[in-house]
Amino acid sequence: MHVIESGNVAAATGVKLARVQVIAAYPITPQTPLTEKLSEFVEGGELPAEYIPVESEHSAMAVCIAASTAGARAFTATSANGLLYMNEQLHWAAGSRLPLVMCVANRGVGAPWTVWNDHQDTISQRDLGWIQLYCADHQQIHDTVLKAFKLAETVSIPVMVCYDGYLLSHTYMPFELPEQEEVDAFLPPFAPTHFLNPEAPRNFNSVTLPDVRPDLHGNTAPGYMEIRKTLQGDLRRSLTEIEAIDEAFGEIFGRSGTPFLEPYCCDDADYVVLCMGSLSYQLHDVIDTLRDEGVKIGVMGLKVYRPFPDAAIREALCGRKRVIVFEKALSYGNQGALYADVKSALYSAETRPAVNNYILGLGGREIKTQHLYDALTESINNEAAIGDEPQWIGLKL
Amino acid sequence: MSKEEFCKMISVSEPGPGDGGNTGSWRVRRPVIDLEKCIPAKTGKPACFNCWLYCPDGVVTKTLPPTIDYTYCKGCGICAEECPSGAITMVDEASFIKEEK
Ligand code: SF4
Ligand code: SF4
Repeated sequence: MHVIESGNVAAATGVKLARVQVIAAYPITPQTPLTEKLSEFVEGGELPAEYIPVESEHSAMAVCIAASTAGARAFTATSANGLLYMNEQLHWAAGSRLPLVMCVANRGVGAPWTVWNDHQDTISQRDLGWIQLYCADHQQIHDTVLKAFKLAETVSIPVMVCYDGYLLSHTYMPFELPEQEEVDAFLPPFAPTHFLNPEAPRNFNSVTLPDVRPDLHGNTAPGYMEIRKTLQGDLRRSLTEIEAIDEAFGEIFGRSGTPFLEPYCCDDADYVVLCMGSLSYQLHDVIDTLRDEGVKIGVMGLKVYRPFPDAAIREALCGRKRVIVFEKALSYGNQGALYADVKSALYSAETRPAVNNYILGLGGREIKTQHLYDALTESINNEAAIGDEPQWIGLKL
Repeated sequence: MSKEEFCKMISVSEPGPGDGGNTGSWRVRRPVIDLEKCIPAKTGKPACFNCWLYCPDGVVTKTLPPTIDYTYCKGCGICAEECPSGAITMVDEASFIKEEK
């Protein structure tokens, strides 16, 4: 079915079609309409789930952790400071390998107070051990929510579905809504093999000592370090799962083929812009203009940030003249986080392109097509002038 | 996912003595039960057993008299604190080492 709705509703309908069993959320701008829609679905009997209103994001994540540990398919959503308020529980969810899905409507982090879009909230949470997926439009939000449940439950790792606050969360766009039967075929009910069960009492995530320990049956149980190594290995392996799920999704819904990077005009491109979220689509216009002027340039939207698809990035960028990383976040005191990751992925490439870093759109600062055009022209023409320091687009003072 | 795989992913323990490792090695004070004061030992009836109930490591037996598994007793002293008849004393491990010498 073809519908025109907001990005938050695209997410909510995905959650509904995924037959989520427990939702716990605390409203925060710009995520609020998503949780409101979900409570409407539950209240109206359209979604037979438990909707648990909580007094904070920390509690929302705690409820989801409990629900998932008891074997339910659980969901929450948040933004910015709400995400950060969850932080301790987010680490816990990843360490306890719970297949939660959480939408984050990306918003800048205070102080100073802002409710507008950038990516600092989720980028600052990149080292949790969660999978982070980024969406460029409403269709991707909807599809990514469905894929996220499948992925989380396949690899036992929680997944964050990130989309731009306001730019996507509150704008209306057409997208395809699949039929429930199609979704059911793609995403069968959550069947956990291990969950809290009074018949067989277990203590999950019990204290580990620095060393391994003999368990009750005399077997060697892993220590903290082994458990963490397993998480790292499983996160790296989930890159393969992401590809497989993208393919399986395509077979049912007809949309697939770009699991990690979504290229536009990149086949013969000497210059490639790399960025995340809706910005990659906004850049299509600028790429068209530069192409008309004869510049061989393209843009790639990165859809998976953690685990970092370094091999795919290397393959896509090796042999280009220049890569220009546009970011709505910063690793303060250093450079853009994505910029640093891209450079690190390219280190082992045979021919390394030059890489530039531009920071833009922080706290919702308007991103003008002209500014993007100027930055790209500068990067392409004055190559020597731009060093390793991030350049800023759209500053007024 | 198999049980083996799951057990590699997170730490899982079952209730029972010893699933936290050799916790007896942590002990600096040892709980010693005075059977003259212990209610079930004194009366010969299965009563009280607060020590069994409160021990966080499950190393006290619900028997006549109650006994403590020192391989896993971590010496926390909760049993001594909870004993209604003051039958359990926490004794310095050092004194046992002297005795053994
Ligand atoms: S000292 Fe602590 S661990 Fe040892 S028997 Fe008493 S309650 Fe149990
Ligand atoms: S709590 Fe004290 S009195 Fe009660 S059974 Fe234990 S040692 Fe005996």
